[in-house]
Amino acid sequence: MKFAIAVYGAPYSHQAPLSAFYFAKAVLDQGHEIYRVFFYHDGVYNGNEAIAPPQDEPDIRQMWSSLAADNQIELIICIASALRRGMLDRTEADRYEKSNANLDKAFTISGLGQLIDAGLNADRLVTFGA
Amino acid sequence: MKTLLFVHTSSPHGSVKAQEGLDALLMGSAFADCSALFLGEGILQLLKNQDTKQTGQKNFSQTFSALFDYGVDKVFCSKTHLQNHGISESDLVIEVTALADKDVAALFSSNDVILNF
Repeated sequence: MKFAIAVYGAPYSHQAPLSAFYFAKAVLDQGHEIYRVFFYHDGVYNGNEAIAPPQDEPDIRQMWSSLAADNQIELIICIASALRRGMLDRTEADRYEKSNANLDKAFTISGLGQLIDAGLNADRLVTFGA
Repeated sequence: MKTLLFVHTSSPHGSVKAQEGLDALLMGSAFADCSALFLGEGILQLLKNQDTKQTGQKNFSQTFSALFDYGVDKVFCSKTHLQNHGISESDLVIEVTALADKDVAALFSSNDVILNF
């Protein structure tokens, strides 16, 4: 089965990203497919390259990044949510004349249409942090 | 083609979730057959005469009147939740069909994809 995952919660503020991550792992472990992970609302902070948690806490950004690389999964950040919250890749940082880009390379900025597409084309869309 | 149900449960200005939920609904309407359902505090998003000047937030309630132009003509709310909040349908910025609880349940089961905001 093809699963799409929507993450609305911010890392370290909300359980949603960790629950979404462990759900994604379970989906893959059971032989299913992840169609896409879409980050909306405060979920866009999951892609913050500058996240530096204490050593005894999980590095959520790194966990997403490895999961995506190991399984060729798309990690999509909503552009409208991201810009509002100052999550910028190099292109957007240049466009808005900001000195820093802070989006991790594993994440891609795209539009809300990707969430709708996930709802339409995955067998299940599972939302965390609604 | 699958049908999408957007469920709006957040109060309008306590967080940005309501506004971003409306953005998602408008985007969805470009791709698919979409319905909107307002439950609980989400009903407050639809109140007429909202004035956000003193809170510094965007008054996105005006955008609801564009829903029909986007092809979203199935807009529902819970009749029970309207009553709980002491709101009548004439207090709302757009025409909304108030559903009995069993019809709210039926709406969930008759749509393929549910998006919660």
